[in-house]
Amino acid sequence: MANKILEVQGLKQHFGTAKDPIKAIDGISFDVYEGETLGLVGESGCGKSTTGRSIIRLYDITDGQIMFKGRNISELKSRKDLMQFNREMQMIFQDPYASLNPRMTAGELIAESFDIHGLYKNKAERREKVGSLLESVGLTREHAYRYAHEFSGGQRQRIGIARALSLDPSFIIADEPISALDVSIQAQVVNLLKQLQKERGLTYLFIAHDLSMVKYISDRIAVMYRGKILELGSADEIYNNPIHPYTKSLLSAVPQPNPEYERNRVRIPYKHTEHDPAAKVIEARPGHFVFGTEAQAKEWAK
Amino acid sequence: MKKKVLEVKDLRINFKTYAGVVQAVRGVSFELFEGETLAIVGESGSGKSVTSNALMKLIPQPPGIYAGGQINFNGKDIIPLTEKEMMTVRGNDIAMIFQDPMTALNPTMRIGKQITEVLLKHKKVNSRDAAKVRAIELLDQVGIPFPEKRYRAYPHELSGGMRQRIVIAIALAADPKLLIADEPTTALDVTIQAQILELMKEIQKKSNTSIIFITHDLGVVANIADRVAVMYAGQIVEYGTVEDIFYNPQHPYTWGLLGSMPDLNNSSDELLRAIPGSPPNLIDPPKGDAFAPRNEQAMKIDFEMEPPMFKISDTHSAKTWLLHPDAPKMPLPDAIARRIKGYELEGKANGK
Repeated sequence: MANKILEVQGLKQHFGTAKDPIKAIDGISFDVYEGETLGLVGESGCGKSTTGRSIIRLYDITDGQIMFKGRNISELKSRKDLMQFNREMQMIFQDPYASLNPRMTAGELIAESFDIHGLYKNKAERREKVGSLLESVGLTREHAYRYAHEFSGGQRQRIGIARALSLDPSFIIADEPISALDVSIQAQVVNLLKQLQKERGLTYLFIAHDLSMVKYISDRIAVMYRGKILELGSADEIYNNPIHPYTKSLLSAVPQPNPEYERNRVRIPYKHTEHDPAAKVIEARPGHFVFGTEAQAKEWAK
Repeated sequence: MKKKVLEVKDLRINFKTYAGVVQAVRGVSFELFEGETLAIVGESGSGKSVTSNALMKLIPQPPGIYAGGQINFNGKDIIPLTEKEMMTVRGNDIAMIFQDPMTALNPTMRIGKQITEVLLKHKKVNSRDAAKVRAIELLDQVGIPFPEKRYRAYPHELSGGMRQRIVIAIALAADPKLLIADEPTTALDVTIQAQILELMKEIQKKSNTSIIFITHDLGVVANIADRVAVMYAGQIVEYGTVEDIFYNPQHPYTWGLLGSMPDLNNSSDELLRAIPGSPPNLIDPPKGDAFAPRNEQAMKIDFEMEPPMFKISDTHSAKTWLLHPDAPKMPLPDAIARRIKGYELEGKANGK
């Protein structure tokens, strides 16, 4: 069994006032194992991006505990600890058009982190590192001298990936890294992410709303809805044996590139019900967890 | 025999830019019959949105130029029409659903007013009161709960899915014969997308509207389309019924598109069949087959001569030299062949 690289316990993230909080994340727990890809899916506003941002400390969490490599990340206070944490965990953002500074060249964008962390002070060494990063994401060394607007969307996302890789992290949070790209380019980027994972032993938290891509890239999938994780299990389990009615509904809404199938498809609607206060996480099958009461779990499993 | 609503013949659209003339649409032809849905698929920059905007004559001139071809709507070419004459066509005969419901609505106008505006403009009703009644009916038809209350709401009070329903209600207000939907569900969640697609199909059944549906999602195409036009670099490279395109694709670009979608039933160990490279620059379109530089198995002729549209069956045609009688037999890539077989089995199993 692989080691846990990340443990999230009872994470809560509330926005707004204390009296009338918006519960973006309402108590979720999950683990991420070394070298795996955990997919986080849900519709917009379910809290999946907030989860990613809380884990990488873009927000101070309201309650709960996030342990990364055995250390509680909320307790990291000294500059040295934080720098170390930032080196280990990096993020790939959704919009490659908005996430790159238009006034910097690709080389400067990638080397920015070297300045912050005081790495590769020698010019030649730095040029070499930037060049090899560009090559590892499928660009060429010459691209280092171009500005962001000279690249296509897919190439920009590659620069975003090179930036995330620049400090040799072990954990990468990819927040909808492909939803802004064209279909044929999406496949290129997903292939690149898979290949980099293999080469560098990376662990991914892959956040997306496109279920088919998530199924393809993830080892395990967590389904989020209204700030809760409703179901968590291996990608095949979630896809072939969904338990929670929300997961079933979500899966039934995904269009398949198969006309015959589409003609006969029946969508299962999901009626929102308030979470039962007695609801808890239940292991319905080995490694397959569902959020509900015991009675519900039995009912759904039928 | 179904009535032909729209016939586009050899449509060419250019744009003048500082860098040169961009040939965004390079000779597109298709037909659309009453009550039918045509899906136009392609990547960004393939000219699918330009084509659909051209049908409404929404291409700004300059920089746009209608460089050739005809758009026959109900037997009459609309390209020579003046702006004033177009106003009676737009919204009335042909209506459009835009991609982003967040920006397509006027944020300072109540949604009721945005619907009645269309009704009054095209004289579908003769009084404000009648317009209101009709608008509430429309809101109800597109599945907005409490339509009387929502009539006075502002767009910001509604969610994305609800706003897209309003956009659809506006498009339907004047009972158009042709509805052009430019990526209407791309900005929405899958569950909402499924609802909107169901809604559009239902409306089509009721009022026998023809729909042109622009998208890059092949799953959506399989769901809604009767016919499919695959566009690449400003041209239609494959055209056929939805079965032709999904079960018997002939053009390497169509293979690429199908291959770049993850197949949910197969193992995820193999890499996706990504199409290498990116689409060509249309200021200086490639000489031969526009897809040749991205096609790993391109032949010599692909770089030299542009292939004509080869007819495969009455409904199916494709623009690739592979269909020339002298061309070597190019088998379907394994992964695609396997996938199509899977689809057929799955489709049958599902039909029972």
